[in-house]
Amino acid sequence: MVLSQFRFVEVGRVAYISYGPDAGKLAVIVDVIDQNRALVDGPCSGVSRKQMNFKALELTSIVMKIPRGLRPGNLRKAWEKQEVQKKWDSTTWAQKIANKKKRAQLTDFDRFKLMKAKQARNRLINVEFGKLRKTVKRPAPRLRKKKSVKK
Amino acid sequence: SRYYPTEDKPRKLRSRKTAFSKHKHSLRSSITPGTVLILVAGRHKGKRVVFLKQLDSGLLLVTGPFHLNGCPLRRINQIYTIATKTKLDISGVKLPERLNDKYFNRKQLKKPRHTEGEIFDTKKEVYTVSDERKEDQVAVDKQILDVIRKNKEKKLLFGYLGSMFSLGSRQYPHKMVF
Repeated sequence: MVLSQFRFVEVGRVAYISYGPDAGKLAVIVDVIDQNRALVDGPCSGVSRKQMNFKALELTSIVMKIPRGLRPGNLRKAWEKQEVQKKWDSTTWAQKIANKKKRAQLTDFDRFKLMKAKQARNRLINVEFGKLRKTVKRPAPRLRKKKSVKK
Repeated sequence: SRYYPTEDKPRKLRSRKTAFSKHKHSLRSSITPGTVLILVAGRHKGKRVVFLKQLDSGLLLVTGPFHLNGCPLRRINQIYTIATKTKLDISGVKLPERLNDKYFNRKQLKKPRHTEGEIFDTKKEVYTVSDERKEDQVAVDKQILDVIRKNKEKKLLFGYLGSMFSLGSRQYPHKMVF
């Protein structure tokens, strides 16, 4: 167990709020209150400065370099300077969320087009797979011993 | 002594029932002329059809087009349809004027009458499509197919209108956008 494999709760850790009224938004941990709560603020994502239980926070891989208790105005400047939103958008986590949202908004015609696109892609894949299969040398099929009829 | 009414013609009491012809028929805001509808019940369930207009009775006039999915010019109730977001621009489509509720009313087929000598083998009248229906079908569908051909995604639209709708696993209609 290497410490570097964990994401720590620390001042500047950007968290994704998983449930509650601010669900789906990003916020920074500005200070730790006690074992269960953190002071959290997301000036650019619409989260007002508030205390939040760690249970509602999912830690991202992004850490901001901010001093403890940084006020909202300066926090906003730091957020924009350190391009937190850009870093978040490039993570696969954020892309997965965006894809899920897109899928939920597909219309019936879009779903039909998606099905056709998948079929076309799979046809190409299967053609290539078939070609690869032919190049593999197969062992000769084992001859089965014919069962002799017992009298 | 006899009872003499005070009025010559007794007045009927006001009834709160209105005749069907006086009913107001609403149409879901999602259904506009040219919308592709999914039929959810009836003979053509699962088919995707094009909505043309709402008739006086409140029923919707739709067409397959017939060539694509076998659904003719037909009336359906909007409650058996799912309106999709796909809309065709049929503002230039002219529908024959004779397409109204009377045109689509069910024809009474003559029941076989048993005359004295022929108890069995009297021929039943089978429904056959009238020539005017065929004419109107061709006239309307030609215009609609032209509209689809002008569309950018015409190949996919042809396939879409020809295919049937079905729900797969983990597809919940109340969570889906149509």
